[in-house]
Amino acid sequence: MTIGARSFILALLFVPMILLSASAVFLEERLDDPEQEARAREISEGIRCLVCQNQSILDSNADLAKDLRQIVRERVALGESDDKVREFLVTRYGDWVLLDPPFKLRTVFLWLGPVLIFIIGAIAAIVFLRGRNRQPDAEEPGELTPAEEARLKNLLDSESDITGHKS
Amino acid sequence: MKLKFLVPVLTFAAIAVVLWYALFNLNPTEIPSELVSKPAPEFALEPVPGYGPGLAQADLATGKVTLLNVFASWCAACMAEHPFFMELKKQNVVEIYGLNYKDKPDAAAQWLDRHGNPYARTGMDLKGRIGIDFGVYGVPETFVISADGKILDKIIGPVSKDMFDMRIRPLLNEAGS
Repeated sequence: MTIGARSFILALLFVPMILLSASAVFLEERLDDPEQEARAREISEGIRCLVCQNQSILDSNADLAKDLRQIVRERVALGESDDKVREFLVTRYGDWVLLDPPFKLRTVFLWLGPVLIFIIGAIAAIVFLRGRNRQPDAEEPGELTPAEEARLKNLLDSESDITGHKS
Repeated sequence: MKLKFLVPVLTFAAIAVVLWYALFNLNPTEIPSELVSKPAPEFALEPVPGYGPGLAQADLATGKVTLLNVFASWCAACMAEHPFFMELKKQNVVEIYGLNYKDKPDAAAQWLDRHGNPYARTGMDLKGRIGIDFGVYGVPETFVISADGKILDKIIGPVSKDMFDMRIRPLLNEAGS
């Protein structure tokens, strides 16, 4: 078998993967109106599956996720707005059910925390870097105190005496 | 500033304490009920065959604190709490209502035949819609219902004696029953 044929067969193996991943949405209970179906999916994508927690109900195979998808579709079919549908679920399961937590007093730190930490980090970095650059100037002495002068002299004297050996 | 070296150490210590606490004390699979201190949602359900009377929202305002236990014959953890509920019934500690969640009537009746019936009333939520109104996301769950039919608390997972003493008994005592 030539390499070309082999890679062709290999590529063929991946075809179902691509086809299936495109339609990985569970197809049990679609709405007839494609526009409504698209909306229902968009909403479902933002709803947390309470059983599996980090999956949306759109991706989840859990029984409850299936029921919730059904509810979302029903509500959309009734002509409710996206927010109304989400509200229906939030009154039952809390904000937790939304994969994107809403911005409110309780979640201020969640939303602004990273910005805050970034700012603190940036300030710390600036202070640190400036401090480091300035250090040589800052330590440039004015005058030596008489005591220091005496000690220095002492040291220099003893150094020259012993030549190479520290006391 | 000789203590500068403490900054990273203390930062690390603070993060470690938070994470340590969260690891052993917070349970991410436990989502507190959104319905606490709100009235129970509206519903009216047929009883499990042979285990009437049925259950409706109005039946929950009994003038005393009661429990609403969400159970199913297919639920293994329900079996774990079942003997304790039987005991509660025997000692007449609290009235328990059974919300049979997404079950088959026959299977539910058989399950109660075999294990005993701790419930004063039962209701069959065949499609699980009432469960969703209650914010149920797994079985078993047990709601503590106030004298006027409001939800006081929800216990997720099987109710043990410890859990009962910690979370339910205080509510019973508070209500003076």
